Amino acid sequence: MQAASDAPAHPTYSPEVRHLLFDYVVQLADTSLVLGHRLSEWCGHGPVLEQDLAMANIALDLLGETRSLYQYAAELEGQGRTEDDLAFLRVATDYRNPLLVEQPNGDFAHTVVRQFLFDNFHYHFLQRLQASPDAALAAIAEKSVKEAAYHLKWSAEWIIRLGDGTEESRQRIEKAIHKLWRYAGELTTPTPTEQALQDLGIIPQYSDLQSSMAAYTAQVFAEATLPVPQNVPSQLGGKQGRHSEYLGYLLAELQYMQRTYPGLKW
Amino acid sequence: MDQKEWPLWEVFIRSKQGLDHKHVGSLHAADAAMALQNARDVYTRRMEGVSIWVVESQHIHASNPDDAAAFFDPANDKVYRHPTFYEVPDSIKHM
Repeated sequence: MQAASDAPAHPTYSPEVRHLLFDYVVQLADTSLVLGHRLSEWCGHGPVLEQDLAMANIALDLLGETRSLYQYAAELEGQGRTEDDLAFLRVATDYRNPLLVEQPNGDFAHTVVRQFLFDNFHYHFLQRLQASPDAALAAIAEKSVKEAAYHLKWSAEWIIRLGDGTEESRQRIEKAIHKLWRYAGELTTPTPTEQALQDLGIIPQYSDLQSSMAAYTAQVFAEATLPVPQNVPSQLGGKQGRHSEYLGYLLAELQYMQRTYPGLKW
Repeated sequence: MDQKEWPLWEVFIRSKQGLDHKHVGSLHAADAAMALQNARDVYTRRMEGVSIWVVESQHIHASNPDDAAAFFDPANDKVYRHPTFYEVPDSIKHM
């Protein structure tokens, strides 16, 4: 798309930096793709029609972002692979999404908590990524940050409604928070690739995001009358290819068509 | 609240500045904030709107179809009530 094609973004990158950046852009794309796919699983099964559509909308926003990122990654790589090759022809251990986004939908509360944890990171991250010296990443961030702002509004609203709702909704969201909080830390724990790109100033420092993320969480949870979990150890690995068993099943479905009918178009 | 179904809301959307809000449909939502958010997701996915109104359906009072004759027919033969004797300049849109 536009972001990738009109970007004279990387004339000066050394092969090493290009390689780092390729890995990182693929990681971002994998993350949006896997979460978008998860949300798309709700399509036709949402609790009410209105929320079914809301989740499908968010899924489509994420897939749009995914496409821009894979296109840019393919361009950085320069080996003739396309966005489709990157999405459909890589195995689970090559995927670099954090563990959070591959977790199953569970009940609506689980989906909402997973979404809030991701959106809170995604929004604050994209806000700063707009200032990246990499023109392509900055352009993608500028487009996606408005969508992410809405996603965060949606998931925060549901945290509040379920937390401060009925006895059952509260019970369910507490269970979801307990189950998913361990995956939140990975989002802001840099891998060696991310650390290198942060040191080069190409992507924002995650440590700079943490205070605004924590402040927003505190605000939303206070309104939801929910305690913010403290000192939860982080489960890491997804961003380095060590995934939970769930990702394999997800990719089996996502990639089925291209694996079965290579090169199929429609 | 022990009701199982969320109340029904009517949705009105202004498609661009200067136009009226038009009724586009209805949806279910627990309160006004949710109704606005749902309206955004259900009715403005294809850039249909710049502004949304929602109103709970129970607050809309409709005329009775049985009264149609008394309500509307008397206007039939009063052509002088129509502002058809003016030239509308081309630059005036959306009249």
